[in-house]
Amino acid sequence: MPQSNLSPELTTTGLTSLLDGQGRKPTRLLQILIEIQAAQHWISPENIDQLAAELNLPRARIEGVIGFYSFLHAEPAGQFRLLFSDNITDRMLGNQNLLEYLCNKLWLERGHVSEDGLVSVDTTSCTGLCDQGPAMLANGMAIPRLTRERLDEIAELVLQKVPVTQWPAELFVIENNIQRREILLANSMQPGDALRAAIAQVCVPGSAVEAAANQRSWREGIPSVALCAPVSTLEEIKRSNLRGRGGAGFTTGLKWEACRNAPGGEDNRTRYVVCNADEGEPGTFKDRVLLTTQADLLFEGMTLCAFAINAKQGFLYLRGEYRYLLEPLNAVLQRRRDANLLGANILGQAGFDFDIEIHLGAGAYVCGEESALIESLEGKRGIPRNRPPYPVTHGYLDKPTTVNNVETFCAAALVGLHGGDWYRGIGTAKSAGTKILSVSGDCARPGIYEYPFGVTVRQVLIDCGAENTLAVQVSGPSGVCIGADEFDRRIAFEDLATAGAFMVFDESRDMFEVARNFAHFFAHESCGFCTPCRVGTAMLKATMDKIAIGHGTQYDLAEIDQLNRILLQSAHCGLGHTACNPTLDTLKRFRPTYERRLKSLDFEPAFDLDGALATARRMTGRDDAGAHLSMEAES
Amino acid sequence: MSETFQLDGEDIPFAPGQTVLQAALSAGHYIPHLCYHPEFKPHGSCKVCTVKIGGGNNTRTAASCTLPAQAGLEIESDTEEMNALRRTLVQMLFAEGNHFCPSCEKSGNCELQALGSDLGVMTAGFRHFYPDRPVDASHPDILLDFNRCILCELCVRASCEVDEKCVFSLSGRGITKHLVVNATSGKLADTDIALTDKAMQVCPVGVILKKRVGFAVPIGQRRYDQRPISAQALDDAPRPPSASGPNGSGVCQACEE
Ligand SMILES: Cc1cc2nc3c(=O)[nH]c(=O)nc-3n(C[C@H](O)[C@H](O)[C@H](O)COP(=O)(O)O)c2cc1C
Ligand code: SF4
Ligand code: SF4
Ligand code: FES
Repeated sequence: MPQSNLSPELTTTGLTSLLDGQGRKPTRLLQILIEIQAAQHWISPENIDQLAAELNLPRARIEGVIGFYSFLHAEPAGQFRLLFSDNITDRMLGNQNLLEYLCNKLWLERGHVSEDGLVSVDTTSCTGLCDQGPAMLANGMAIPRLTRERLDEIAELVLQKVPVTQWPAELFVIENNIQRREILLANSMQPGDALRAAIAQVCVPGSAVEAAANQRSWREGIPSVALCAPVSTLEEIKRSNLRGRGGAGFTTGLKWEACRNAPGGEDNRTRYVVCNADEGEPGTFKDRVLLTTQADLLFEGMTLCAFAINAKQGFLYLRGEYRYLLEPLNAVLQRRRDANLLGANILGQAGFDFDIEIHLGAGAYVCGEESALIESLEGKRGIPRNRPPYPVTHGYLDKPTTVNNVETFCAAALVGLHGGDWYRGIGTAKSAGTKILSVSGDCARPGIYEYPFGVTVRQVLIDCGAENTLAVQVSGPSGVCIGADEFDRRIAFEDLATAGAFMVFDESRDMFEVARNFAHFFAHESCGFCTPCRVGTAMLKATMDKIAIGHGTQYDLAEIDQLNRILLQSAHCGLGHTACNPTLDTLKRFRPTYERRLKSLDFEPAFDLDGALATARRMTGRDDAGAHLSMEAES
Repeated sequence: MSETFQLDGEDIPFAPGQTVLQAALSAGHYIPHLCYHPEFKPHGSCKVCTVKIGGGNNTRTAASCTLPAQAGLEIESDTEEMNALRRTLVQMLFAEGNHFCPSCEKSGNCELQALGSDLGVMTAGFRHFYPDRPVDASHPDILLDFNRCILCELCVRASCEVDEKCVFSLSGRGITKHLVVNATSGKLADTDIALTDKAMQVCPVGVILKKRVGFAVPIGQRRYDQRPISAQALDDAPRPPSASGPNGSGVCQACEE
């Protein structure tokens, strides 16, 4: 896509045709804003005025949506916006040095746009490339394995004003790094296999499925025969004991059944199947690999779900960081439409109509929370809703909606083909099937590992070649941090439940800095809706920073406990509930790393008089001992 | 109204569709609250109304303004534990903004201040954020002092749902979340706000102020100088619950959030 002008002004007619392309639906507001941002590198006041007029929305509300998402800008942010992924794993691989290096090269101050408006450099939350970091996003496109050499090349391209779309493809090569396969990653299914198997099911006379189909027939006004296959599918998913892979571990069959049971509008088919591909939990990247290598399996699982719950429309909510996967995924969707695996009368089955649309996110971790995700799908700020009602009854546009993780839908497709009994035979009593782990950090072979549930942490550490391991952060910042005496614990819902992240820290690492990185993450990602999380995460971050610079006290440690209590008792969603976990876990297991930073006093004022003098020092060009209160006191 | 739940050991009757807070207030029982307003759909953001549900070991907490009333619920509200939580939440709100009560025009009429004094909040408890929030004095008759905004969204809701203007909206996220007004200039003077708007009446703190009436009523004779907020909230309570269902039916569809 050659671009003559780096940042063309979108003309009024240009924006009008962009709006036409998006059907002028307010639900597509976020998608429209993402397109404007991509075309023009910011969203101008004139753009907002025009959107407000043409979509009939208050302009302040549009501003509010822009202000919510990290990747949207209502002020020019540079024609090149280079964002370093700032997960702890990127830090361990030296991203801070590299960031400084690039800033120096481009004569930039971090976070500020260059005077000519050409470029800005900043950080962003984990981009899901932890096994091949340090990583960055260049105008939203992911670049892994940064080195000084690669940054030299990038700086040159920026200075030559070469559009990112014309940068060498080699910069954007992303590895799958699949290290261990089980039933999911080793599957040999062909597109449509699970759907054909599902459609072919018939009711065995006198069976429980037949009874269920009869009952449903009466309730839904659909002939019993036509219900045999969908009900059987639902029963198989229930029988499989499949539980959600997005973190909470809710039983998938029950979710699907509740959604089917909820009234689906006038045609009783207005239900939605939503795949959560927001994968924002730092350290998690297995959905990226599934989207890359198992897209057919995923869409097959979503279509199977539509069949089971009687839904017509599906959405894939793809995190903005995975923007580069949009075209390949759309190509898979098109191939499936061509093969009659999507669209009207799927596989010749009258009335089995279903299609999938991809929506992009724009840099907001909280949009992985299912009700915030639905708000975002509707084109709004991603604020978690008040629940009840839950999405299964009142989801997208207030209609019944099933939200599942990418891996959950993939597993469901396997169940559709091989049956529930087969699936529940794998794994442990309460955790059927396999789990895909995203392994990163201090180990020889980072990447993707699939295990039957029940594998010990120790086994994973051996397999990935980790040595002298101090700690493992299981399931990301919102999960748990365990020390060496707990490595015999198992990955399973009955012990260590996980959304997939597995970050390894060896004995050279400082677990305080790990926790501090996560505290920054939560403060940055808090949606700000509820008091405890909005203010509490900012306080936790400030406290961790205070401890880091040597001004912390025992009093601050006690305050962290108090914050945690407040967040657990009153936060509106899981983000707030878990925000203190990394700090508390590391305090419990690695307390000395905190204590050696503390002042001996019980109380230390937060106002740092010496710090306040920094501006004066900079202005007078002084940095001698006499210009520092602390050194003055010591001397 | 035959069904009841228990609030601090007393039976509270409720009508279908009522939340725990709504039912409690109509029955003459006060639960502290801030972002809830009897004329609007419950918002659930300040979390001051948080209560404990269930007895024994199996308890959980939830915001009572959005918690659907259900027969048989056992709710604890007026306990030291819940009041301590509320005290901390109020302290957080004080620490987050810039509140200099003695010089504030809203002093004595301010719900945050009144709640704080009712709950026995003596200091902010936390270190202050001292955010930089410029005031908007552009409008000839109205002053916006964002320093005191607690982000309850009442003005947003009033302006959209009642005034049908959507003068206010929220932008940013996390601790940088802030109010914006509906004008390209970003200034209140360029919006269609009017002194008679509902949005002019709902701010619980001293953000949206009428100019030139400052201190007309002397401090000491103001609303919460007379009687504590707990008593006055009950006076307000029996107003009919908002006409909208659990998911609202605000008049301005486009503004519906
Ligand atoms: C702050 C927050 C972030 C979340 N992020 C994700 C995510 O990125 N991907 C995901 O599948 N689930 C995420 N979840 C969990 C979802 O809310 C939801 O439980 C899940 O998508 C349901 O799918 P499952 O049953 O297949 O696991 C998140 C939850 C919270 C509270
Ligand atoms: S807990 Fe945090 S992320 Fe969740 S609603 Fe509250 S402010 Fe938003
Ligand atoms: S201005 Fe007042 S009413 Fe509006 S959000 Fe702020 S505190 Fe609430
Ligand atoms: S009054 Fe219930 S959350 Fe604010």
